[in-house]
Amino acid sequence: MPNSMNLSLGPLLYYWPQATIQRFYAAACTWPVERVYLGEVVCSRRHEMRLGDWVDIAGTLQAAGKTVVLSSQALLESGGDLIALRKLAQAGYLIEANDPGAVKVAADAGLPFVAGPHLNIYSGATLDWYVGLGACRWVPPVEISRDTLNAVRAESQHTVPIEIFAHGHLPLAWSARCFTARHYDRNKDRCEFVCLEHPDGMVMRTREQQPFLRLNGIQTQSAACHSLWNLLPQLRDAGVSTLRISPQARHTGEWVNAWHAALQGESVQPDVAQWQPEGLVNGYWFGQPGITCQEAKT
Amino acid sequence: MALPELVCPAGSLAALEQAIEHGADAVYVGFKDPTNARNFAGLNFTDAQLARGIALAHRMGRKVLIAINTYMQAGRVPQWYAAVDRAADAGADAVILADMGLLAYAQRRHPQLRLHLSVQGSATNAEAINLAHQHFGIQRVVLPRVLTLAQVAQVAQNTPVEIEVFGFGSLCVMAEGRCALSSYATGESPNTHGVCSPASHVQWLQQQDVLSARLNQILIDRFAPGEAAGYPTLCKGRFEVGGSIYYALEEPTSLNTLSVLPELLRIGVAAIKVEGRQRSPVYTAQVTRVLRAALDAAGRDDYAVDPAWMAQLTAVSEGNQETLGAYHRPWR
Repeated sequence: MPNSMNLSLGPLLYYWPQATIQRFYAAACTWPVERVYLGEVVCSRRHEMRLGDWVDIAGTLQAAGKTVVLSSQALLESGGDLIALRKLAQAGYLIEANDPGAVKVAADAGLPFVAGPHLNIYSGATLDWYVGLGACRWVPPVEISRDTLNAVRAESQHTVPIEIFAHGHLPLAWSARCFTARHYDRNKDRCEFVCLEHPDGMVMRTREQQPFLRLNGIQTQSAACHSLWNLLPQLRDAGVSTLRISPQARHTGEWVNAWHAALQGESVQPDVAQWQPEGLVNGYWFGQPGITCQEAKT
Repeated sequence: MALPELVCPAGSLAALEQAIEHGADAVYVGFKDPTNARNFAGLNFTDAQLARGIALAHRMGRKVLIAINTYMQAGRVPQWYAAVDRAADAGADAVILADMGLLAYAQRRHPQLRLHLSVQGSATNAEAINLAHQHFGIQRVVLPRVLTLAQVAQVAQNTPVEIEVFGFGSLCVMAEGRCALSSYATGESPNTHGVCSPASHVQWLQQQDVLSARLNQILIDRFAPGEAAGYPTLCKGRFEVGGSIYYALEEPTSLNTLSVLPELLRIGVAAIKVEGRQRSPVYTAQVTRVLRAALDAAGRDDYAVDPAWMAQLTAVSEGNQETLGAYHRPWR
């Protein structure tokens, strides 16, 4: 099957020890991903990795032939956050803007940027406005449907590459409050970095034990893993260039290899029961509630 | 000291009349469609109602602001453009917009129209606000309810744009414009449909003594006899995390800033906003009256929160509970 789609590794959303992060990206150097997004996007208190540490990893990945992008924090609240943002933009790599503030910093410096999934672009007119400021690639909001995506493409005057959140726990919401610290009855300022104990976040279940959401610091995710697995023909028809895989504590490499094999037209069967025991969902793609799973009609 | 404008919600002409009668400087409203973030059945304004509301407000020297603050959905963009045109034609004093593409249209098509950046625009920092100021000349921003007072002050010092903050009402625990929890559960979110935890997806079920509240089949909470059962907004239910059942995200509670009004005045905010276009005209009247009295008093040196104000606000608060939210650091 001919295919021009490729794979990316999205920014790490969890808080892992530095050595774990370094091992993860050392392995990623050998994975069949075209691009890798680095940096802390969730919480400014997460300091296992400083900008210099990310830049070191960026160099290694670039030497391994990967395109490297530095992702901005999604919720910028303090003067310190903005100082960190400006340093990120000046680090010598393409940046992913996850906040209009990051767009301003990039545009003022004349730098192109990836329009990240948190910029809220749902129409061609809005995409075109960001392209006019330097957006060179678009990651649609996670809740976008195939139909809306196709309509954006029909409306847009530009053809920037589209990168879709294809696999991982969905980053659904952001707050000033840290829900992980709240679980431990700690203030956010005195969280003791308890996120380190939850490398895939904490599952939040309903009172009848249905896994619903996943607490990851100030971010709330889907408990289930969103996956557009088995939908490659539809993704190709929708003009998608890149499939983003969001790092998880386990089996990310296996998933990357499975997706890559599928892109090569090979018949592969991922071990979902083992790799993603919380189950897969894909409703957003079909314009349905994100928590639902539709049968892929290929 | 110049007092900030008091900006009050109206989901109907009756609520708008109450807001004006009880001292709102400005009233904000929306159209009966998904172009605004309170797109609820039975709520909002037709063009005729809007014309009457604006005529009344202007006669009384007050303003009407029109919220068109959801995100334009591809394939239906003309609906959002038309909403801006209707607002301009009706003589609105400002439109409250979130989508950069829509701001661009409004500025291009109606250069005289005053633009406010909605809370749904998620502008939590000066750079984001200044981006919209630089390109569209926005004159005011409504800050998301995620900043501490110190952070509000810092933002205000670093932008020429007027600052509007929430003073009272139901509390979003998530950064506005950055929450897709509702569409994850129901397919409809504030960004895409102007709704959160829509009533059309709510199911109540009484079984023996227990009352269950579900959102699209998902159990948001259940209530024992005698427990107050609130609307199942999905972030305000009780859930199980790590073996304990509790309000994992947020208690049903309302934001109440009466105790920090003098600090908000010192920071120099231009407007204090009351949440609640989905609430009744009685709510609008009650809250407007209290906030008017409190704001007038907050400009004086001997300001103290009147216990009667607190009692009146608590009576209309979600879950009869109140918080300072993110303004108060320990909440975070």
